Amino acid sequence: MDDLLADFLTETQEGLGALDAALVRLERSPDDAATLGEVFRIVHTIKGTCGFLGLTRMEAVAHAGENVLGRYRDGTLRVSQAGISLILAALDCIRAIVIGLEATGSEPAGDDIPLIASLNAAASGEEMPVAAAAPSPKPAPLPEPARSVAAFAKPVPAAPPAAALSATAEAEPSSGGNAPPQTIRVTVEVLEGLMMLVSELVLTRNQLLQLSRNGADNAFAVPLQRLSHITSDLQEGVMKTRMQPIGNAWAKLPRLVRDLAVELGKKIELQMRGAETELDRQVLELIKDPLTHMVRNSADHGLETPEQRLAAGKPESGRIMLNASHQGGHIIIEIGDDGRGLNVDRIRQKVLAQGLATEAELAAMPEREVQRFIFRAGFSTAAAVTSVSGRGVGMDVVKTNMERIGGTIEVRSKEGRGTSFVVKIPLTLAIVSALIVEAGGERFAIPQIGVVELVRVGGEGAPQLERIKDSAVLRLRDRLLPLVNLADLLRLDSKTAEESVFVVVTQVGPHVFGIIVDRVFDTEEIVVKPVAPILRHVTMFSGNTILGDGSVIMILDPNGIARATGVGVESGEGESERENTRQAVTHRSDERTALLLFRAGDTTPKAVPLGLIARLEDVERDRIESAGGRPLVQYRGKLMPLVPIAGHWDQSTAPDRQPVLVFSDGDRAMGLMVDEILDVVEERMVIDGSGERPGFLGTTVIAGKVTEMLDTAWWLRQAGEDWFGADAEGSREPARRILVVEDSAFFRNLVVPAIGAAGFQVTAVADAEEALRLRESGAGFDAVVSDIVMPGMDGFAFARTLREGGAWRDLPLIALSGRAGPADVERGRAAGFTDYVAKFDRAALLDSLRQCLGAAVAG
Amino acid sequence: MQTQTTMGDSVASGLLARGPGPADAAEEIYLTLTVADQLCGIPVLAIRDVLGVQAITRIPLAPAEVAGSLNLRGRIVTAIDLRCRLGLPPRTEGQTGTMSVVVERDGELYSLLADQVGEVLPLPRAERAANPVTLDAVWREVSRGVHRVGERLLIVIDVERILTIG
Repeated sequence: MDDLLADFLTETQEGLGALDAALVRLERSPDDAATLGEVFRIVHTIKGTCGFLGLTRMEAVAHAGENVLGRYRDGTLRVSQAGISLILAALDCIRAIVIGLEATGSEPAGDDIPLIASLNAAASGEEMPVAAAAPSPKPAPLPEPARSVAAFAKPVPAAPPAAALSATAEAEPSSGGNAPPQTIRVTVEVLEGLMMLVSELVLTRNQLLQLSRNGADNAFAVPLQRLSHITSDLQEGVMKTRMQPIGNAWAKLPRLVRDLAVELGKKIELQMRGAETELDRQVLELIKDPLTHMVRNSADHGLETPEQRLAAGKPESGRIMLNASHQGGHIIIEIGDDGRGLNVDRIRQKVLAQGLATEAELAAMPEREVQRFIFRAGFSTAAAVTSVSGRGVGMDVVKTNMERIGGTIEVRSKEGRGTSFVVKIPLTLAIVSALIVEAGGERFAIPQIGVVELVRVGGEGAPQLERIKDSAVLRLRDRLLPLVNLADLLRLDSKTAEESVFVVVTQVGPHVFGIIVDRVFDTEEIVVKPVAPILRHVTMFSGNTILGDGSVIMILDPNGIARATGVGVESGEGESERENTRQAVTHRSDERTALLLFRAGDTTPKAVPLGLIARLEDVERDRIESAGGRPLVQYRGKLMPLVPIAGHWDQSTAPDRQPVLVFSDGDRAMGLMVDEILDVVEERMVIDGSGERPGFLGTTVIAGKVTEMLDTAWWLRQAGEDWFGADAEGSREPARRILVVEDSAFFRNLVVPAIGAAGFQVTAVADAEEALRLRESGAGFDAVVSDIVMPGMDGFAFARTLREGGAWRDLPLIALSGRAGPADVERGRAAGFTDYVAKFDRAALLDSLRQCLGAAVAG
Repeated sequence: MQTQTTMGDSVASGLLARGPGPADAAEEIYLTLTVADQLCGIPVLAIRDVLGVQAITRIPLAPAEVAGSLNLRGRIVTAIDLRCRLGLPPRTEGQTGTMSVVVERDGELYSLLADQVGEVLPLPRAERAANPVTLDAVWREVSRGVHRVGERLLIVIDVERILTIG
């Protein structure tokens, strides 16, 4: 294949990938001129290049598709679902030709006349029935010549307008006008080859280091150190070339979901967040199919039909959410839907029917554990096998696939609210850090990812192994840890019980257990190599590698060990406390916020940061009065306006006791009327602003459920204009000016009204750099409130910069942070902060501001 | 049942190899090795390396035939104990270490552990006899035929088959 053609194929494939997504977008918002322009441009480019390369068949199809798009673009034809289906069919046809081209180097034979005729008919404004118009995506499609010929009988060649259009398309520079990124194409083989060489280099380096450690040849020590550093850098660099955004694995999903929605007669909205999160190519390949499967499951089983949804009081269109983010050395991918959730009763029935657990066991099992049965082989709760899913490729396969790459998967579901799967996978598989241990005279590597801690037992003053009948356990900080003896497990002759052994505390998903080993050596960076095919059935190993001393060593797979010994089976009991520990571990590094969950109006749960709420009240219905059509209540000797989140309040249908969230400032208060207070949770918030409606900042997923985040400021305004009216009577002097530096729009939205409500005049900026620009431009403030963790310059650096000199050198400077431990406060003071306040502690922030400014501003 | 199909296959492949081959294909070159005094031959073209005694890491829970794995210039090679694979008694203490004959299959390297490695021997294809029907079932499965070499019989080992374990 010549280079030109190869380049064309690569580009076309990229183009097609982008087109699928763009077309689905276009279908949803037909007036999106930018998307339409993008679609048109890509199709036009494909067509143009085809002509240049003499690919007549592809050119004809692309040309016909372009005609339709051209009509859309100049507004003479409305974008319709049938039309989009046709263009998608044309793309499938082009894709099939591309596949043929790749395989043989020439266009495969095929008859596109009916498809082209349908496209031409659509371009001339005839609405084609979708059935006739959508051909199968095979290279030689269209088994209905009769109907298609009818369409072909009155072809209206739309060439002239198309020609005119293509001229305009060229005249118009591609939107954005970005300079092309400085990149070159490198084949995957080259990268893989490089990776292999680097792996070998790492091994050789380790070997050399080992030698130099043993010998006293100091002449080599320094250059060896250098070599070691360069090798590490090189390894990092090469790893980077393998990283790809996870969005690549998602590119096909919008199309898939769109097609499923049409097929299943559902309305589905697909939200994807964190598409730019990067992970290793190899991992990406391995998770692509499981992800697709889960999305398909959500669409098919998870989401209800529009009628069912409306009946359940949910919005008509269901939502599937994909969310990817980095967390330590892992990628967390969440696949959630707001559908019907898992039917726990049905799972219980099925578990009983299949004899997986007894009734008594089931009764004692927490709901979460019951839900985990869906990961068992052959377990499908779908009542009917549809063409979409339920074909025996169940969640067990997904789980096995994830575990194979050292990942874990968990399910969270609430009936009627939705289901979400959380997948945690390592960033890369190629090089991992591992702990080298010995058991039964053999050495093994345990990937550090799964290792929680190491405990020495049996020695003097050390904890002792205990036995419950035949099974060994270890009491570790008031927790009984099940233990697995590695030598026994691997059927190695364990020598007479040694004086002291080590327990490698390991975590697999929510399960924690200990592996007993005889000795623990070093940790080493190892290059994971797959085991030979004849050993694949030994699930205790995830691979093998060569150590620094040149010996071959097997890599243990904690998942396999958990499965083999039953310590991590999907029916463990009393896991909830461990669950808690686990959560504490995995979320330790993130900023978590206490959120109050409540329900109001519809069934979607809603949340508001607990720190913003002054009190929770239960107001008796009879105490609620009405003034000017607005509900009020006498509260602490004053009238407090009540705002119903549902939008209306009717005394006759109201419950006896009305739950109210009270927001107060100084001596003013307002109450938000809600239906039910659900819970208080600690969550890391990722707010999705799309689909925003007044009164809500957007949605987030909390405990597996789509949750709407309250826009407090908006509701405060509903209570009356005077809330923000800067306390005309209260403040005798002009309002103090406060600068808020905070990168998260969400927190800005919360902090600004909170401070503003107290009578300050607030300016908010997104980062330290912008704040400094304000300083240079001569803006004046009375105090600065700054976040600590920000992209670019962080809060500490910002504080130091301010204190170094300039107009703001002596301003009070308040740090606002999720972490406010004594060490943090100390560090903040050292950097020059006047005070250090926990995020969302509204009262503390206002107190601090008043103190710093030396004046009681409000109240 | 199993054995019979195997026999049929091996005869067929033998015929194919012998049939229309060009003149220089009249001979096939073998590396001879001994496993518990039995003389065996492996087609030289299938061999990548011959190594002396190697440090072999045991692999727990692996099939008995898998002796372990070893490091061949940075690649991991799975070692197959031919004695065990061929149903011969294990080596006794004091016998000299084993030699590794490294072969490749589907991009993976395997080492066949033999007691001794002999010479490289060209043998005319025409002289290869089919397996005697009385041959032990295990042997029949992995043998592509028998050659007479001086006073001894050489079993032609089918590398593909010998690596089919489990």
